[in-house]
Formats: sequence, C-alpha cells, structure tokens
Amino acid sequence: MKTDSEFCLIDETSHRVTVRFEGQELNLREGENLAAELLAMGVAPFRRTPVSGAPRNPFCMMGACFDCLVEIDGATRQACMVEVTENMEITMPSVNENSDA
Amino acid sequence: MHEADLIIIGAGPAGMAAAHTAAGTGLSVLLLDEQQRAGGQIYRDIERSSKTRGELLGKDYIAGLDLANGLNHKLISHIRGATVWQIEDARLVTFTVNGKATQATGKRLLIATGALERPMPVPGWTLPGVMTAGAAQILLKQSGIVCQRAVLVGTGPLLYLIAAQMVRAGSPPLALVETQTYNNRAFAMRHVIGALRGLRYFVKGLGLLAEIRRAGIKRYTGAADICIEGHNRAETVHFTSRGREHRIEAANILLHHGVVPNTQVTHSIGVIHYWNEQQRCFIPRRDDWGRTNLHDVFVAGDGSGIGGAKSAELSGRLAALEIACDLDAIGNGDRDLQATPLRTALSGEMAVRPFIDRAYPPFEGSLLPADSTIICRCEEVTAGDIRRHAKLGCLGPNQTKAFSRSGMGPCQGRFCGLTVTELLAQANHSTQEETGYYRIRPPLKPVSLGELATLADTETKEAAK
Ligand code: FES
Repeated sequence: MKTDSEFCLIDETSHRVTVRFEGQELNLREGENLAAELLAMGVAPFRRTPVSGAPRNPFCMMGACFDCLVEIDGATRQACMVEVTENMEITMPSVNENSDA
Repeated sequence: MHEADLIIIGAGPAGMAAAHTAAGTGLSVLLLDEQQRAGGQIYRDIERSSKTRGELLGKDYIAGLDLANGLNHKLISHIRGATVWQIEDARLVTFTVNGKATQATGKRLLIATGALERPMPVPGWTLPGVMTAGAAQILLKQSGIVCQRAVLVGTGPLLYLIAAQMVRAGSPPLALVETQTYNNRAFAMRHVIGALRGLRYFVKGLGLLAEIRRAGIKRYTGAADICIEGHNRAETVHFTSRGREHRIEAANILLHHGVVPNTQVTHSIGVIHYWNEQQRCFIPRRDDWGRTNLHDVFVAGDGSGIGGAKSAELSGRLAALEIACDLDAIGNGDRDLQATPLRTALSGEMAVRPFIDRAYPPFEGSLLPADSTIICRCEEVTAGDIRRHAKLGCLGPNQTKAFSRSGMGPCQGRFCGLTVTELLAQANHSTQEETGYYRIRPPLKPVSLGELATLADTETKEAAK
C-alpha cells in the first residue's frame, strides 16, 4: 500500500477518528465519504480483481462501478457509499466474495 | 411497509422538484435516494457544503439549495441511504436502508435516477489513478478534495467546468486533452442560431474557457490513440493530436465524454427504450409529461434523456403535475395552466443541446475500442472478446453475456452495456436498436442474505398483525 497522496484538501477539517485499512491505522475525517478519505490518505489499491488480481481504486464515486469494494467489519461494501465512523476495520475484499457483496 | 400516493426514486434536481410540486397539490410523497444527502450528483452534498466550497463550485451549484430546502414539507418523506433493488408491478418497491430491507407501495412511480458517465474504455482505464471526471467533481463537492497533477481527457463542457473549478481551488490540471475536432465545431455552428436561446450557457462556457486560458493550461484538440500506462497505477497518458505524438506524466487521469441516462431501473421493469443516434445511448420512451408505456410509471430528469440540471427540474415538475391530475388532486385546466410556463422554460433549456451534441461528440476510439482494450471492468472482458463472440453468432448483449461474462459482474453492465451494444451492432452490420441492451433483472444491486432475511422477517411480523 502506497501512501503519498495525490489529492489535497481545500477547506475545513472536521474531527478525525481512527480506522484501520489492512491493519494500518489511518486518521480520517469523521462522517466524510470513506472512499474519498482513503484516496486522500493515498490508499492504493482498494482491492484486487477476482479475475486477474489487477489493482483497482474508485472510478465513479457514485455507487455505479463497484471498483471501490472493500470489506468493512466483515461485510463487503462500496466505500464510496459509506461514511467514516470510528474504529472501522477495513480490508481488501477476499477475492471469492467480490461478486456477491 | 410504507405507503404513499407517489414514490420517487432519486433525489437529484428532477426528484426534488417533483416531490415539492406533488406535495404542493396535496399528494403524499415517498422520496427514496441512495445517498445520505439530497442533491443527486449535480448538487451533491449541497445541504452541508461550506461557503468556500460553494464559491469555488459556482452559483449554478448553489442554486440546488432551494430545491433541497423544498423537501421540508409535511407530505414529503425523504428516506436517505435507500438502495432500491426491486420493483414489482410498478407499485411495489423493495429497498435497503442500513442493511435492512423494506418495502413501499405507491399509486404512481417516478423514476428520476439521473445520468452516468458514458463509459470511456481506453487502454489502461482500469488502473488506479484513472477516474471519471465526474468522480473528481464529486470528490470536490462532497469532500473538498482536489486531484493533484491531473490531466482531463475527453470532451464536453463538463471538462471546462471541472478545469475551472480546479484552477479556483489552486490545483490547476496539467492539461486538457480534448477529442473533439475542428470539423465537429464547424458542423455544430449550423445549430448555433437555435442554440442562442440558451445564451446563458454560451456566456458561461466562454467564461470558463477564459479562466482556463488565463491559468495557462495547455489544451490539445482532436486527440486520438489515447492510452494510459503505469505500473500498479496510472503514470502517463499518451495520445496523438494534430499529427503529433504526446506523452504527459500525471497522477490523476480524469475521463469524460458526455453522460448517458442511467436506465438500470427502467430497463428492469419493461419500460420501452429507443436508441438516440445523436446522444449514442438508449432513452426510455415517454410522452410530454414523462409517462412511459407503463401507465403508472413516469421518468424525469437526465434519466429520461440528457438535458442538464435545469431541464431535469422542469421535467420533474411536469411529471408531478400530470400525476396530480391522474390522482384527482388537480384538474386538467389547472395542470395545463401550471405546465405552460414550465414548457416554455424547458424548450429554452433544450435549445442548446443540438449544438453541444455536435460540437462535443463522444470519442470514436472509445465507442468502438481496439481489440485489446478491456470494456467490461468487472469481468475484464476485452473488445476483441466481444468481436470474437459476434463471429461465433452472438447477435445481442445477452448472448455475449452468457459466453464472456461481460455484464455479469456487480456493476451489472452499467459501464459496459453501451459499448457491447455498439461493438455487436458494428460486427453484425445491424443497428444499435436491433442489437438491443442487456436484460436487467433484479436485484439491481447485490443483496446479501442478511438483507433478504430482514425482509422475510418484516413480512412475517406484518402477516401476524
Ligand atoms: S467508486 Fe464506483 S461504486 Fe464506488
């Protein structure tokens, strides 16, 4: 996982909370969009495809492409449709669970 | 079980305006929206956008605030985070909120599910670091996050808007790589007189271009042979422009060549669609009020044909008036009286479309991609795979789906459907209309066993009452 961000924040920073992505602690803005916050932290990739293992990151940010799938506390979710809450335990989805989220 | 006179799916400009108009006539409205906040994609997160962000996004964005405030009405119940995944008999809508499935019945259904970015398959478009330009704008609207070292690739007014917003945010894009040609513009000029009724849009467009020029952003036009390369993530974009090869190093490559109606819901319930050659997409058939071939089902907004935010709002209000008339909340005379100014405004809004459609046509290289290009992101199926299946006798998308798994992944063809139709139509020398689209079956989004269990649970409880 690479963590030098290619994104910058333009305004207010709300309260930050700790979550873990693949075991690594990250401080994200509480209540903000999870996919956006992970991108801003430089997380890449979010997942690997079940077909070829290719790396993927969010593509549409509107719930349509499913490239932002992650596992949150055991359930496969679209990161771009979830808001950050404290102590989220996030991992890449295990490959065979990708298609039946 | 929820009940309402009118169920609206989608809280973008069309859905919000329709809800407000319908409630104004005394109808009860249930507004279901997948996002946590009203606004749709165009007014994404409008309710809590900061002042700085509002200024940077411009006054067209802030205009959405009135629509969102209009939802504060005792007859409107707005359910946030509601993912609709099944509709039966045009009346029974099943959806999930926070992992719990539930149902609603309504007398009329209005589908206002908006638009999606037109898929833009080019080599390397699946790499991390490549997103739709719309995604970059959502990051900005919703989270105040700007992409650094970005190149905008494709065509259309949205690219200029995003470029200007990035300039204002202090992170101008490295370049605009535009696929439209000089000929496109010359051809579009034939429609310029009609388009002048939409003068506001020209003035806005010229203003954006001036901002881009002042910021010194390089623009390439007539770009072709676009290809993104990188190891584990996008590092460079290659293309040709006016006979020369170019290569730009970038961290974020943002693709856009127009938007198309999101027809997932309409396709799933048997609404008839037709192929629009100018916009190169399927559009639900509807009358002037937005009524489809299914008597109780209406469509409004970009999901019923691309027209932009203002048109969406107007078409939402028109649909609401007809629905109110259907349900005897208002009479014919009242309906027509209220509809007249809306129709005049709508035709003014639409006047600019023929010009835009011709000046910024979709990128040919992505409508019919090269064999090695992945077209189905989920199952990693290439354009060559689809052509091969056409040779084996596949006439329609549902056949290639069975052979190649294209469209079988979780996105259910949202980002490959139109490409597959175009590829098969070309390979089989038939039309896109004859070739058709994927058959869309519920669930519209993947549903877990847990969600199904909650549904069964509520049903048993209600039966026991
Ligand atoms: S980024 Fe496309 S579904 Fe989340």
